[in-house]
Amino acid sequence: MGKKILLEHAEVPGIQGYEVYREKGGYRSVEKALKTMSAEQVVEEVKTSGVRGRGGAGFPAGMKWSFLAKPEGVPRYLVCNADESEPGTFKDRYLMSKIPHLLIEGMITASYALGANTSYIYIRGEYYYLIGILEKAIEEAYANGWLGKNILGTDFSHDLYVHPGAGAYICGEETALLESLEGKRGNPRMKPPFPAVKGLYDCPTVVNNVETIAAVVPIINDGGEAYANIGIGRSTGTKLISASGHIKKPGVYEVEMGLPVEEFIYSDEYCGGILNDKKLKAVVAGGSSVPILPADLILTTANGEPRLMSYESLSDGGFQTGTMLGSGGFIVMDETTNIAKNLYNFTRFYHHESCGQCSPCREGTAWMEKILHKVLAGKGSMEDIDLLWDIQTKIDGNTICPLGEAASWPVASAIRHFRQDFEELVKNPAGLDETRYYYHCNNINPEVA
Amino acid sequence: MAKVIIDGIEVEVEDGTTILQAARSIGGEVTPPAMCYYTKLEGSGGYCRTCLVEVSKGSEKDPRPMPKLVPSCRTMVQDGMEVKNTTSERALEARKGVVEMLLVNHPLDCPVCDQAGECDLQDLSYDHGGYNTRSEFERRTFEKQDIGDKIQLHMTRCILCYRCVKVADQITDGRVHGVINRGDAAEISTYIKNAVDNDFSGNMIDVCPVGALTDKTFRFKSRVWFTKPMLAHRDCDKCSGKTTIWFKGDDVLRVTGRKDEWNEVEEFICNTCRFDKKKVSDWTIEGPKEVSRSSVISANKYKNLEKPKEFKLNDIKRLDS
Amino acid sequence: MSTEEIKFSEESLALVKKTIAKYPEGRQKSALLPILHLAQAEFDGWLSVPVMDYVASLLDIQPIEVYEVASFYSMFNLKPVGKCILEVCHTSSCWLRGADDIVDHISNKLNIKVGETTADGMFTLKTVECLGSCGSAPMLMCGSQYHEHLTFEKVDGLIDNLRNENKRTTYLDEVKVENY
Repeated sequence: MGKKILLEHAEVPGIQGYEVYREKGGYRSVEKALKTMSAEQVVEEVKTSGVRGRGGAGFPAGMKWSFLAKPEGVPRYLVCNADESEPGTFKDRYLMSKIPHLLIEGMITASYALGANTSYIYIRGEYYYLIGILEKAIEEAYANGWLGKNILGTDFSHDLYVHPGAGAYICGEETALLESLEGKRGNPRMKPPFPAVKGLYDCPTVVNNVETIAAVVPIINDGGEAYANIGIGRSTGTKLISASGHIKKPGVYEVEMGLPVEEFIYSDEYCGGILNDKKLKAVVAGGSSVPILPADLILTTANGEPRLMSYESLSDGGFQTGTMLGSGGFIVMDETTNIAKNLYNFTRFYHHESCGQCSPCREGTAWMEKILHKVLAGKGSMEDIDLLWDIQTKIDGNTICPLGEAASWPVASAIRHFRQDFEELVKNPAGLDETRYYYHCNNINPEVA
Repeated sequence: MAKVIIDGIEVEVEDGTTILQAARSIGGEVTPPAMCYYTKLEGSGGYCRTCLVEVSKGSEKDPRPMPKLVPSCRTMVQDGMEVKNTTSERALEARKGVVEMLLVNHPLDCPVCDQAGECDLQDLSYDHGGYNTRSEFERRTFEKQDIGDKIQLHMTRCILCYRCVKVADQITDGRVHGVINRGDAAEISTYIKNAVDNDFSGNMIDVCPVGALTDKTFRFKSRVWFTKPMLAHRDCDKCSGKTTIWFKGDDVLRVTGRKDEWNEVEEFICNTCRFDKKKVSDWTIEGPKEVSRSSVISANKYKNLEKPKEFKLNDIKRLDS
Repeated sequence: MSTEEIKFSEESLALVKKTIAKYPEGRQKSALLPILHLAQAEFDGWLSVPVMDYVASLLDIQPIEVYEVASFYSMFNLKPVGKCILEVCHTSSCWLRGADDIVDHISNKLNIKVGETTADGMFTLKTVECLGSCGSAPMLMCGSQYHEHLTFEKVDGLIDNLRNENKRTTYLDEVKVENY
């Protein structure tokens, strides 16, 4: 059994409420930080822990914190990215609904470290029901003196609010999230300036994923060193993996970094093997944006070493033979899955979610969906596969924000590893029926008065 | 001051200058094309991606190359920076891709478009585009909209450069049009039937790089290459009154702002000058406007005539195949 | 309805005030998304032009700023919708576990296509992108309630229940959190 440090108490009855959470040692990190540590020491501890951004990018959190500009007289903000929308990812939802105080506690401790007196949790609109849960937890935290003025009798005052989104994957990109929080369209900003210098309301801002902020709690409680001792190499600590698709036991698992992928898929402790004992065909290991890998390459690297659940091991081999840990959205596909059909699903998603600001993404994502839709309707040609490949190269790296890459990589990897699935659809169009695929340009269709 | 090398040419510019502006100070081929950037509009640029360049050396201090292509309009120069525009295969390939994307849904209705002959997208496609279209899908279309009695919005041609939105934000009060919807369904619109009605709204037409916003007082009156631009001015209590007036024979067909060699207006002008002053007697004429960039307008009229590139035989073959 | 006739209830107005107070002074536009959610819930499940103009006046911003935002986010309906919107997730994980069959089933049962509303105005069927319930696929959302591990029987039961209750569901409804 792997070490659980975030979800240790997730199944304890009543842990959603303040009393039980406190009994289980909740809010100790706030006490420890505010009473015995300087803000800089908290930042140092997070640096020592080596924890990396859990939203998908994997950037060292302590480093991100240390970039925060601190001009005199200008407020600083911490914003929690709870806009979890990466297909295949549902860990933050699980964490927030099961153990909401863990996030609240992390927000307070992190805000102390950053010198932020106001912080926001930006949560995707579809999780509206979680807002009630989080707001109740916040209310309890206020009532017990963990939020508000002069917390624990110190100089530190802090207010925490929850802000709902309204249905836009792009708002998971940190600058789009800030635009959205300012009441605007979720258009990513041009960078630089980065949020650490000019973020929310043009003030220095740190945006962190739910899981990253929750990890601050054990890091401060037990020390950065102890956290760094969990895991493997530069992939320290634990990671919440959202497992879905053709597996026997879908769900959220907290795994110690370094767990072999094979064990994760087949062990009864985790996914429990492939549904109906079919054969494994492919895995998308870190949310829809990361390259898809065939069974042999997800279980072992190109060098024949066992593939591990870690940033380094999953990306071993680059994009030719590797992938990325990403957000930990682990989608498993069995031998019956046609990867080209799954790719259509992904391209439709990116087309639907493109904000439309920059031309390669706006036009390219739509074009790719149309081509795949045509192939799935039984009207594709071999040239379409090459065209698809070429279009993704024209998007990749040329857009304002990473959505361009997120849309390109799945296309590139699906063609790279599963070209035969595309060719099969082109060669045997019989039985393909386009009415099965609910093609829609955009379900936003305004009525013009 | 910062020393920058662009395509092997060194130039010294003020700190805080963008790569694009540095390249413009050199001029000619090394200048990346720009469809959405507009010097006089704050926060413009970065959307169209036509000005992507390769930074092969970051700066003297940190000589590492930048991993991705960067939008030259939004990237500041650093001392010792080395930039590759026309000398970068990567940048040219990316640009070709961007042009293709911009044209995937463009109607290519140049024969009936008033902007033809002074259209940035036409120039861009000619200089950087491919020969044929690889998209077989139906193009996105929108209904034409009148946004007031003087301006027509033909969204079908729009490339979403956001310039007109920034004009409304920055030089008029009370913006009534904007970008609605998202992704490839995004459009410039007033959402409800509404007139963009203020003294400076006409500048939206001047900043529009394509034929999406056109002057209704000029629509279909003449192809631009049959008109002669003259610099003129008048006393105006709203703007500088310095304009370009476009003649056909002895008639003034339209009035626009004065555009520089990058097709950007030198000064924004008011709607009175633009729409209401169409008599020669309204204006003091300074002389002919030098037209260097949109060569079709200068054809047979002015100096700097450049013969358009001709198709070579093997190119024609490619078109046929 | 014209703009004059549109007004939030006293209770909602208090909530609007409370929401605006979450953001620094002069940053009241930040409250736009939560207030549009509130407006959609209170005014028949969709955002008409007069409703959006009313929201603009509450926040002291231009109406176009509201139109721009409302049309960007997929949770806002800019056309009238049924009392209950069945939003079936059809992104990869749900698709792998039979989301298309669920969509077809609902479509046949209610005799509407995706994007349409039943003649009685009770149901609108929508397909949506990933709702973060991949481990409990297939699933649909109705109002704020997630309905997970769907089967045809479960869907039938849900539709019957909703029809019997005959209430408008909104994203602001309080829900009981199902166990995973």
